[in-house]
Amino acid sequence: MRSPSLRALSIATVVAFCVALSLVFFYAPIEAEEGFLQKIFYLHVPLAIVTLSGFVIGGLMAIAHLRTRDQRWDLRSYVTIHMSLILGVAVLITGSIWARASWGHWWVWNEPTLVSFLIIFLLYATYQPLRFAIEDPERQGRYASVFAITAGAFVPLNFMAVRLSASFVHPRVLGSSSNLPGPMMLTFVVSLLAMALLFATLCTYELAAKRTRILLKARSRILGFQ
Amino acid sequence: MIPLASTLPEQSNDGYVAAAYIVFFALILIYVTIMSIRLARVERKVRELNAEEREKEREAV
Repeated sequence: MRSPSLRALSIATVVAFCVALSLVFFYAPIEAEEGFLQKIFYLHVPLAIVTLSGFVIGGLMAIAHLRTRDQRWDLRSYVTIHMSLILGVAVLITGSIWARASWGHWWVWNEPTLVSFLIIFLLYATYQPLRFAIEDPERQGRYASVFAITAGAFVPLNFMAVRLSASFVHPRVLGSSSNLPGPMMLTFVVSLLAMALLFATLCTYELAAKRTRILLKARSRILGFQ
Repeated sequence: MIPLASTLPEQSNDGYVAAAYIVFFALILIYVTIMSIRLARVERKVRELNAEEREKEREAV
């Protein structure tokens, strides 16, 4: 379970986070309009990008599962969505903290980016109850894959719809209207890399733990120890 | 281009920034702790399984 690749990934994540945090607090300049509050974006935006990417990757893994009928793809898809859901909680909380400081409200219902992320989060919150409501493992995997593909396709569509919407209330870190200066862009890219590494590490860790539990159960059954 | 300020603005939001980072790291810490507890449980089960297996082998001999 404690494989060398997992150890290397964990070390890389810790190093990347140390570098990212150093850049955020000691290198990136203070933004004039938002002030020190803008530092939340180096956490909140990479988190949101990694979370949404995780949902899409989970959908792609579900396609691989339905194509090959290989249960390992189903497990990978499940773990990726599970981890994205955990990071999704952090996205909502850090977003709310920023909203409170910037707008004076914890939540703004007429802001499309916030509400659309909540819809995606709530959609995926139904993934696990749906999955574990089905007892037959094969059917469970199949139904969960169909859900993951459908919901995974909804994520980029939803993102595009929000981008096309008329509201400009939600600040855009990356976009044609606001180009980040060099030091800020470097900090943002390193933060994004650190977050992606954290996601990969946690997924690998969870996957290894799940595989070990499955093997342990199988071994117990074979040896008749249950 | 985003305008930059060389000094901190008058109204400080340090508390909110700290809260966001603390919440994130606390969430990750809680997750890692839960995983560690589950890992310890799996390791205990492996030890029990190995012990039972050895016991069965001894009985068979």
